[in-house]
This record gives sequence, C-alpha cells and structure tokens, in this order.
Amino acid sequence: MTTRTFGEPILRREDPRLVRGDGRYLDDLGQGAYEVAFLRSPHASARILEIDASAAISVDGLIAIYTYEDLEGRMAERLPLLIPHPSLTAGRTGYSLAKEYVRHVGEAIVMVVASNRYIAEDAVGLIEVSYEIFPPVVGIESARAADHLVHADVSDNISAHMIQEVGDARSEIANSKHQIVLDLEIERSASMPLEGKGVYAVWDSDAKEMRLWSSTQTSTGVRAAVAAKLNLPLQKVECTAPDVGGGFGVKIMHPWPEEVLIPWAAQILNHPVKWTEDRREHFISSAHERQQSHHVEVGFDDDGRIAGLDVTFFHDNGSYTPYGIIVPIITSTQLLGPYKPSSYRVEFTSLYTNTVIVTPYRGAGRPQGVFAMERTIDAIANYLGMSRDKVRDVNFIQPGEMPYDQHLTFQDGRPLIYDSGDYPASMAMLKKMIGWDDFEEYQQLARLSGRKVGIGMACYVEGTGVGPYEGGFVQVETSGRVNVSTGLTSQGQGHQTAFAQIVSEELGVPIEDVFVETGDTRRFAYAVGTFASRAAVMSGNAIALAARSVREKALRIAGDALECDPRDLEIIGGVVQVKGDPTNCIPLKTIAVLSNPLRYAFDESAQAATQFAVGDTSKPPILEGEEPGLESRDYYSPLQSTFASGMHAAIVETDPETAEIKILKYVVVHDCGRLINPMIVEGQIHGGVAQGVGGALYERMEYDENGQLLNASFMDFLMPYATEVPFIETGHLETPSPLNPLGIKGAGEAGVIPGSALLASAIEDAEGFEIRKMPISPSELWQLRIDHQNGLVPTLKIGEKQK
Amino acid sequence: MSEKHIDVSMTVNGFPRSGSVPARRLLSDFLRHDLQLTGTHVGCEHGVCGACTVLLNGKAVRSCLLFAVSVDGGEIVTVEGLANQDGSLGPVQQAFHECHGLQCGFCTPGFITTISAFLDEHPNPTEGQAREAIAGNLCRCTGYQNIIKSVLRAAEIRNEMMQP
Repeated sequence: MTTRTFGEPILRREDPRLVRGDGRYLDDLGQGAYEVAFLRSPHASARILEIDASAAISVDGLIAIYTYEDLEGRMAERLPLLIPHPSLTAGRTGYSLAKEYVRHVGEAIVMVVASNRYIAEDAVGLIEVSYEIFPPVVGIESARAADHLVHADVSDNISAHMIQEVGDARSEIANSKHQIVLDLEIERSASMPLEGKGVYAVWDSDAKEMRLWSSTQTSTGVRAAVAAKLNLPLQKVECTAPDVGGGFGVKIMHPWPEEVLIPWAAQILNHPVKWTEDRREHFISSAHERQQSHHVEVGFDDDGRIAGLDVTFFHDNGSYTPYGIIVPIITSTQLLGPYKPSSYRVEFTSLYTNTVIVTPYRGAGRPQGVFAMERTIDAIANYLGMSRDKVRDVNFIQPGEMPYDQHLTFQDGRPLIYDSGDYPASMAMLKKMIGWDDFEEYQQLARLSGRKVGIGMACYVEGTGVGPYEGGFVQVETSGRVNVSTGLTSQGQGHQTAFAQIVSEELGVPIEDVFVETGDTRRFAYAVGTFASRAAVMSGNAIALAARSVREKALRIAGDALECDPRDLEIIGGVVQVKGDPTNCIPLKTIAVLSNPLRYAFDESAQAATQFAVGDTSKPPILEGEEPGLESRDYYSPLQSTFASGMHAAIVETDPETAEIKILKYVVVHDCGRLINPMIVEGQIHGGVAQGVGGALYERMEYDENGQLLNASFMDFLMPYATEVPFIETGHLETPSPLNPLGIKGAGEAGVIPGSALLASAIEDAEGFEIRKMPISPSELWQLRIDHQNGLVPTLKIGEKQK
Repeated sequence: MSEKHIDVSMTVNGFPRSGSVPARRLLSDFLRHDLQLTGTHVGCEHGVCGACTVLLNGKAVRSCLLFAVSVDGGEIVTVEGLANQDGSLGPVQQAFHECHGLQCGFCTPGFITTISAFLDEHPNPTEGQAREAIAGNLCRCTGYQNIIKSVLRAAEIRNEMMQP
C-alpha cells in the first residue's frame, strides 16, 4: 500500500525537536565563544572626529577593540552592491565599520570583543566618540528637496530612476471619457522576526578553514561573501544556517557588516567569536521596508474599463543600496495585479535618506503596488457609482487569455508573463465566502442601530519562484534511510516536511525514512536562498527531479536483479516490485547495496556488496557512464517566474465614538497551484495576514526630524498580538502552473500583500470618505472624520447614501 | 577589576542546580548559557515578546526581566521540563505539533510555558479565554490562529490524560 503524501496535511517533521526546546538557533551555539557588542552611531548624519577607547582598555574580560582603522585589504573596502541594475546610477554601500562618516542612527563604528556580552557592552559604554553633526535627510519630502545630502557625491539624493511604458498611457488617459488622480502613501514597517540576526565563527588555524553559522536566508551567499572579503578560497569556508527564528526578508540581505566582521575577528583572535543581535540593534541597524509615495492618474470608460494608467512614485531606500532597487521594481511591475489596462506607464525615483536601509520585507514592494492599484479601482467604482467587484470584473485578465504578457520586465530581468490563473473564479469564491451580495442589507441594518460597518476586497498577483535555480540531492543509504539536501535555507516554512513529502511520493518510500537538510554549504554548495516565495517551487522541483532519477536508477538495477523490464516495476513502501506480483520484489536498501560495489566488508550490507559477491566478471564493477551509489543530484532552473494569485475580503467595524477599528470577518481565496501540504500553506497565509493587518493598522517606524527612531522597541513598535488578528477563513483554488514538473507556485508572501489595500477599502466603506494613506490608527481615523466634516476630505458615493 | 559573584541555587525541571554568577546576570542567560538549557529564547530583552517565559513556582514569568540571584531557592520549569515523564511530548507540546501551532519555533517555548501555567488554572478554557491567555506573547509566523487551536487541543489532551 502506498500512502499518498503529496497534497496531504502531514504533521511537520521538525516540530518534536522544536516544541521540546531542542532547537538550535544561532545564540544556542558557541557556548564559550568570545562575544561581540558594537558601538553604533547615535547620530543620523555625522563625521567621526575622534574615537577614544582608553577608558575601555582596563575592563576585565575585554579581548579586543576594532575600528575602521584596523581593517585591511578587502575588509577595508566598501561592502558589496549585491544586485546592481542599470537604473541604479548612484548605488552606494557602506563599510563594515564606519569610515569617517555615519549615515544613519545605528551604523556600526566600533566592534568590541570580550569574554561575554555583558563585558563587551560595559566596554562599549566607556568608549568616547566625538562627532561633527550634520542636519539629516529624513522622509521622502526632505530627500526630494535635497537641501541636505546623504552622500556628498549624490547631489539630488537620487539613487535610481526608472521608467517602464506599455503603449501610450498619457494620451490614452487624456483621450478617456473619465479621469481620476490619486495620491497614495504607505509608511515604513519591517520584517521583525522574533529572532534577530546573529553570526558565529570558528577559525581552524590548522586547516586554515572557516566554519561559520549565520541566522541567514542564504548560507551560500554568506559563504561566498565571507570568502571574498577574507580572501579565502571558497573551499575553505563553510556556512550553515542553523534553526532560524524567522526571516521575512531581512535575512536575505547579505553580507551584513557583522557577517564579515565576526569571522574576521575569529581568524585574527584564533578563537570562536559570536554576535547575537539585540532587539534595539535589530530596529536601528537591520532593514526596513514599505515607505513610498504614489501619484496615480487613470483614464477609463463608462464601464470602468481602464484605458490608461500612469503611476509615478518615490521610494525611500534609506542610507545605502546594498540590495539594489528590487523593491521599487517589484512595485512597478506587480502593481497591475490581475488587470489588463490598455496602456501603462510607471516611473519611480529611489531616494537616499539618513535612515536604516530598505531591503525586501515579505511582499517586497507588492503591498504598495496593490495598495495603489486597488485604491484606484475602488476610486473608479466610486466615481461611476458602480459596485467595486464589477469594476474588477471588467478589468480582469480572463483564464482564456493565459499565458498573458504584461509587456514589462520583471525583477529577475525577464518578461512579465503570467503563466496561469483564474481570476473570475477566485472572485466568485471570494464573494460567496464573505457574503458580498448580502452585505449592503447588513450595513443598512447596522447603520440603523448606530453602528458603522464596511466591506472591502483586494486582489493581487504574485510572481513567485524566481530563478536563477536551486538544486536537490537525493540519496538512498543501504539502511533504507533517504537523505535529501538542498542549498536554500529554512526559517519556519516546514521544508523538512514538504520536501520529504515530495520525495516520499516520487520515490515511493515511507516519509519516515526521508531526512531533509537545508542551508548547509557542506551538504549542498549551489543555491540562491529562501525569499520571494521561491523555496517550494525551486527546491521542490529540483528535489523531485533528483528523486525521479534515483527512481529510474533503482528500477534499472532492480530490473537486472529481478530479470524483468524496469517498465514493469513499481516502488511501494520502499520496495521495488513487479506490478501485479508483489512477491517478486527487492527493497530499495538492497538496491543501494547493489549500486555500490565495495572492496571491504565492514558490515552485513557491505559484505553483500563486495566486488567478490556480485557482478558479471566480464564487465567492470561500475559500468561506463554509471556512478556508484543510489543517489542523484539535479537542478531546476525555470525560464521565468510562476504567478500565484489571490483575493482577500474583510468586514470591519469602526467605533463611532473612539474610531477604533475592528475586523469582524476576514476571508482569503488563494491560488498557488498544486498544494504540497495544505496545512503548511494555510499557516503561511495566516502569518502573512497577521503581518498585513499589522502593516495596515499598527506598525510604523516613527522617525523624528533628527533621524532618531523613536519606537525602536517592542513596547512602542506595535506588532499584532493574538487579540489583534482576526479569525482567517481560507479557500484554495488550484490552478496548476504549467511551468514546472510539480505544477506548484509560491505561497510564502501571499497573505501579507493585500492587507493595506483591503483594510483601506473596508474602512472607507464604513466611513464614507476617502482613505489615501496607510497604516491608519484610531486617532488618525478620528482626525480624518474631523477633516471630513470640515470639507477637507471628499465624501464618497457610499457616504452620500449614508446621509 | 573583576566582577563580584554570588552563589545561587534553584530547582530547574526537578533537579537542583547551582552556580556562581554576577548579580546582574539575567535568569534567561543563567538558564541558557550557564545551565545550557537553550530552549528558553530571548526575543526582545525587555519583557514584551514573552519568548523567554518560564515557570517560577508554577507561575509564568519573563526570565529576561529577572536576575538569576533574585530567584535563589525557587523552582523553575522551562520548556525542556514540560515533556511527559516517559519522555513523550507533553500535552501542550503535542497540541502544538498536531495543530501546526508553530513555524520557525522561536517564540514557541514561551507560548508552551505560558499555556501550561494557564491550563493549570483553567483546564477547560473557551476560545475567547484561550485567545486572552496568549495575548501577552508575540509570534511573527503563525497569525496565532493555530496557537489558539493548540490551547484548546492541549486542554483536551490534558483532560484525556486525567481519565482513568
């Protein structure tokens, strides 16, 4: 009997270890290592005049103090610009320890190594740094004004400027019967994993090898970056991502200054060294995302069909651009979602500010793009007095139009062509689940009893599974144990389970026999990383391909052993058998023995495999073109991304007195192709929705005019607790991707993407006036009500109905 | 100048443990780095996220807000001490596994200790009480829905275990 595993809600293999407290996260490693603390800039823009460490020298337990002056060779050079782009004409990166200038609060200036973190922090407290302080650039307006500069050689604070145009949007808009203009803003939030970053390095001075652990989303990337910076052969550096306590994007950025400094110090001191980021450090020296200002002009006909869409936006990229301009590129290309305007023009300007750098946070520019597009659709509906679902309907790409070419260039430099999807079917499912058609009646009744309720919807399309590639390795041991490895990392996505399901299904082995390892360069050296909803698509397919070739080899060997045609064989429960004759069989573990002719009989299975025990003496023990072992390695490298999609709907209630915003109902329709494990996919959606709600209603980075982050703690940066996240009802639509062997699409980011667009839509419906800026707090909503009463905020048609 | 150390003794997961630590050493660091019980995690160092929650004399406390010396003589239970006596997963641990109540697992030990203490006092919680019970712990992965499910399932498992 084969038990199906692909598509089943198999409980996670990684759980028992983690729920017992047996996980091994970065700070659990390296007990006894020296520990590091950093002196970080208290100023947003300043020149370092002098560093006086004399008082710190006498601290008992101090090991070393390093500043930029101590760095040599490649370590003294700027950190790499990881993803260059022709439009990024003024890309700038920092140094691992500040060289003369600091450009945001939190930038590392001095590294202190001590016998433990307490002592390292004591020493940091005794180091005096004097600065020449400059007025900082904070926020998009200040960056555009360019009265002050973040980088002296970038005279307009502009790092990048990019235009993409399909058709002639501006004249189409001018020639349209109707036009609308909208200004839309989104503020900063951040990935904010519960575990911050961390690095642990051990230098083996005998072998001249570096062993490195980092709480990263790419161990192969960190390995290569460290080898380059320390001028070591790649072969002499190995990097492992241990258990990682969440990533959500911030840990795909690399190398962080600490990722090169810690191994550098371990090598110099010839002693293990560790750094564990504290929460305040994470706020002020990791990465943020989301802040953008958008100006939208749209032209449409009486049915709401969009003829031209012209979007101009400004992106705040913080103080440096080490990760390039991926975020605004994604906004500009994924903004269109499931729609097909006849023409589209998008122009963005990416700006330097004296704030923490901006790199992708789950959703990566899509929440802003979806906010811009969906607010526009709602505005069209309001203008025409049409239902919001109808305007979406007339603009949807139809299933029959797939594959659909948006004629844009996506973030991976490849054409933006949707491979599959059924948006009308998703919409029908969504409306049914939320009770769209019955809501107006409910709203009227609620209004009669003095309650304000509103409904909203938001749609998105997400390019997932970006290349260039991932690989998979599958190996059957003579014990029957199946080892699987892939290079990308795990931060809670359940890869040890989902990838085991794939192998169990493809190879016909019990899932209990399959053991998956990820994110360890010793196991699999070629990889990109876990981000952009790509792990299941990329590694899942690579592993499936590897498992298929192991299967093929097993059947070939079994065919020889059982003297039959491999095509007449099947593998069930780890045993190869003749179809219809299960007694004529051979276990995979025996095939593993046969696949590897040995000289030495060190155990029972080895005895059976010695060259004296098996084989045709007229042939060499390993035939030409063959390799020993029942194992295979394969890669999946797609031509382009595969496009998942989804739609969320919500009903909210706003308190007429306090303007408190409460979500009464939240439904998700999601299409990520074939599901490997629906339980895990739903978990991903739940977590994403919670972050979407956080981004819409609670989270923002409060910078003051001096560039100080005022809310750099969990006390003041409001992430949702259980009491803030609604119950989420999920419906799945499975439109298989035609692009990959498993027919799957990515799911990791989906939940977060429409949050701000959706809740703006629902709050607007409850209040009857425009919402153009997110996140929105009760006090801001309260202020909007006053502005609305004073005629400063336009009334919507729904609002007119309410009168 | 060398830091003054103070002797401290406590019962941890049923075993007497002792050490000599600086007065400022946090209970979380004592457990994690002196006793090598790394199941207790530190997510914010200021008592907000709840990842470091342990049981002190049966009550859930934040070990990042306590000094090791201030719990001298106390009885501590960490996530490592919440398995069943036969070594199988304890009720809350088992419920998290069954209900997909964890993803990255970093916040999980703090939830498991918090929920264990809660269920001692509320063996049959409603869904609303379950939500309230975990409302002081942050999770960035799950959206909490499956954690609430885990609380209710853990109560069931505990009650099943009580049956003769």
